[in-house]
Amino acid sequence: MSAVTIRHLDKTFNAGKANEVHALSGIDLDVASGEFVSLIGPSGCGKSTLLRLVAHLLEPTNGDVTVNGKSAAQARLDQDYGMAFQQAGLFEWRTVRKNIELPLELKGWDKTRRRERANEMLELVKLPEFGDHHPWQLSGGMQQRIAIARALAAHPQLLLMDEPFGALDEMTREYMQGELLRICAETKTTVLFVTHSIPEAVYLSQRVVVMSPRPGRITKIVDVGLTGPRSEDTRNAESFFRAITAVREGLRGMHAAHVAMGMDDR
Amino acid sequence: MMIARLARRTGPPVAFGVGFLAFWEWAVRFFELKPYFLTAPSVIWSQFTDAFGLVRGAATVSGGNAFVGLVAGTILGIVMSFALSRWRLLNQIVTPLAVALNAIPIFVLVAVLNNMYSITSEIPRRIMVALVVYFIVLVNVARGLTQVSATHVELMRSYAASDVSILLKVRVPNAVPFLFTALKVAAPAAVITAFVSEYFGGSQNGLGSRIASNIANSKNAAAWSYVLGACLLGLLFYSVSVLLENVVRRGGGRQ
Repeated sequence: MSAVTIRHLDKTFNAGKANEVHALSGIDLDVASGEFVSLIGPSGCGKSTLLRLVAHLLEPTNGDVTVNGKSAAQARLDQDYGMAFQQAGLFEWRTVRKNIELPLELKGWDKTRRRERANEMLELVKLPEFGDHHPWQLSGGMQQRIAIARALAAHPQLLLMDEPFGALDEMTREYMQGELLRICAETKTTVLFVTHSIPEAVYLSQRVVVMSPRPGRITKIVDVGLTGPRSEDTRNAESFFRAITAVREGLRGMHAAHVAMGMDDR
Repeated sequence: MMIARLARRTGPPVAFGVGFLAFWEWAVRFFELKPYFLTAPSVIWSQFTDAFGLVRGAATVSGGNAFVGLVAGTILGIVMSFALSRWRLLNQIVTPLAVALNAIPIFVLVAVLNNMYSITSEIPRRIMVALVVYFIVLVNVARGLTQVSATHVELMRSYAASDVSILLKVRVPNAVPFLFTALKVAAPAAVITAFVSEYFGGSQNGLGSRIASNIANSKNAAAWSYVLGACLLGLLFYSVSVLLENVVRRGGGRQ
């Protein structure tokens, strides 16, 4: 069964008004269960909007989004997905453990069960000794790991991530990519991942969805075709570079088209 | 270790304060300043200790007014800020008004309030304090309830959290530091308003009226001793608000 099914999706903001924005047009996409799919494209291509439509934080203008065979609205009510943003978004008045417990609190879990699960999640992200710390005592990378732990606390099958490593330095970023893949493999989580880093998209994903702006459309889907688990060697593998080139061509083709139309907005 | 660190932190301001008082005392003696022009600290102090009972009595009256007004204004401000954050239209009407009123010395209204109650009543003064505190608390807490991180709200919506859950788990904790910021401003303002309110008639029993009447009678040392009492009362209110913040937010947030 596919984890996410998107059919003929359109999204227009401020429809009929002077500031109307046609954010997405005719999006069709299937994400298989257990798959890691990245959305990449220049800013304004609607990749974050697409993610929010899957999360049902926005309503589509036209078309359907199905998550785990349910409507996006129902999936949100059932907390079928976890979400992580560029900002870790930890609550500074809560300890790290209490932050991880938050989605479980809202699900009405009792205290002992919550605590048990939070400790389990702290182990998963390898920060077991930081449960009683406050978020501001942690580095950016550690905060983001806690945000991932929180997103996965209720064991959702789907993880939606909006440039979660965008604010981290390159070294931390590569470490976090490895950690994310390990965590997703351990928990068998499906991931829909928004980024604007080509190497990041290729390293993490089975498929990379290339999008173009005004209105946001899918221009190309690149099958990364890296086999087996990723390692540091992956970043030097020929197939890695091949996939990077394929994604870059997808993005560049779009740029060339824009230049031809006199719309160079680089 | 801890004593040494405390001494390093408090040493300079204490030394400055002592030096200032010493200079004041010296200047009064050296230039032979008349007591009605400037009273020496030593004279003020002896007056303060001699008439401590009177100063304390007056401070109890003014402090009581300030305290009752502070509590009432804070409660009213918190309740209203919840209403404002809930109903946007109300917010649009009340907030600009509150900000504008915050900028003008509305404590002169006490003259009007005095006409509404009997001449010996403390109620007009307490209402005045409550009003001043109310606007300070209202503006700050309403800001704390509404200016929440967009990520936090999206996160809560992704958990399908109800508006009540978002209020209790995001908006209220977010507003707590704003409340204490408001209290640190409102506590001294409450004391000042209580003093000034006494200038507009009513019983001559508080620190403000005692300062005014002693100056009118050229009893400058006595006036200064009440000023000292007023300073200590203001300091007490501020310290308690800081202490309260430390107790409530103990480790709860970035200090």
